[in-house]
Amino acid sequence: MPERDLAAEFRAGNVRGLARAITLVERRDPAVRRLLAELGQPRPPVVGFTGAPGTGKSTLVDALIRHWRALGRKVAVIAVDPNSPYSGGAILGDRIRMQGHALDPGVYIRSMGARGHLGGLSLATREAVRLLGAFGFDEVVLETVGVGQSELEVAAVADTTVVVMAPGLGDGVQMIKAGILEIADVLVVNKADLAGAQRAAQELRTMLNLAPRTEWKPPIVMTVALSGEGMDELEQALARHRHYLEGSGEGRRRMQARLREEAADLVGQWAREAALRLLEADGELGRLADESPYVAAEQILSRLGTGGERAEARA
Amino acid sequence: MATRAAPPRPVRIVLAKVGLDGHDRGVKVVARALRDAGYEVIYTGLRQTPAMVVDAALQEDAQAIGLSLHSGAHMTLIPAVLEELRRRQATDILVFAGGIIPDEDIAELKRMGVAEIFTPGAPLQGIVEWLRERFPEVES
Repeated sequence: MPERDLAAEFRAGNVRGLARAITLVERRDPAVRRLLAELGQPRPPVVGFTGAPGTGKSTLVDALIRHWRALGRKVAVIAVDPNSPYSGGAILGDRIRMQGHALDPGVYIRSMGARGHLGGLSLATREAVRLLGAFGFDEVVLETVGVGQSELEVAAVADTTVVVMAPGLGDGVQMIKAGILEIADVLVVNKADLAGAQRAAQELRTMLNLAPRTEWKPPIVMTVALSGEGMDELEQALARHRHYLEGSGEGRRRMQARLREEAADLVGQWAREAALRLLEADGELGRLADESPYVAAEQILSRLGTGGERAEARA
Repeated sequence: MATRAAPPRPVRIVLAKVGLDGHDRGVKVVARALRDAGYEVIYTGLRQTPAMVVDAALQEDAQAIGLSLHSGAHMTLIPAVLEELRRRQATDILVFAGGIIPDEDIAELKRMGVAEIFTPGAPLQGIVEWLRERFPEVES
């Protein structure tokens, strides 16, 4: 790959520079850290959207982008789709439902595969969010399919997590099973014009009433994303949650928890890389691991602790 | 799961239908074959303009654009995509195409800069192998 002056491309507002930088994030290329140090790291607010496939997340996000654009805000979307567990390949199709903003320079959409991120998806998305902020985006949306654990990783990055549901995709038991109610700051029942929407909302309300009382009670918003119905209510709910985060100190607490989590994630990632290098380079260590991975791991940790490997781990 | 120190570097490919053409079965089959070969496919859907396709490829940092055309408008739309790539200084992005395209047009399109054209009946494995040759760094 040719060396590019990404910082200059950022300052010139060249989208290709931003796109390449996010690729570097996905590849865990240390050049990104130098770039962010040079650009500063403003962190725009992040709204996460998650829910089962086909609930209308992308269409909702499309409608939300329209609202923000009308206010003159620049919006970036990171849309995460699953990768094939067998080939590692992916079909990333979220752009299809976000065509309303094609060629609008104030909107950037980036598709990401959920797997294959060393150090986890949240590490990659956190850095991507910083890059988007440095590029000048005011709002960031993080969209992910709620089929596994990736939505939990994303909730760890978002300031406000919106869980999207649609009627006909299972009853309330599915919702507590998925554990997804615990991460929701705002609940959306989309496709509210379909039969069963009121019942889905009622079941959600029941579930929420059973949940432990907290200061913030997730509102349930009914929407029809295709027609734009309920979008005002959704935007108000998002604004109220942002206001709550700021007023209650919860935003600060979450931010602090996130940064500490990120520091721990980075240690995990760097240590893993260094350990793999050590195991490759040191035959004796490798044989030790063949016998007992635990013993080998302890030895690796103690060697990392002396600092000799630390510089290498960061390289 | 294999342990490896080097991060995976999936090749990213934008697949698009340009112009007024609703025949998307072929492009979806190709998308799936490429996914199964380890590529990250960004599918943009139907009725894209050349500018939209190129914009998507830039935003997605794609290394290649695959265009599907069954409308007969390939001599207008494919050159328009190439022109847009030149305008955006992104001619390093590889362009390939598939669909109902006559032999005499294939020669002309290749002369203009299209890397390869696959016509009906082209085996999926052939497309995958061609991409592997163009992007030997892909992990799959």
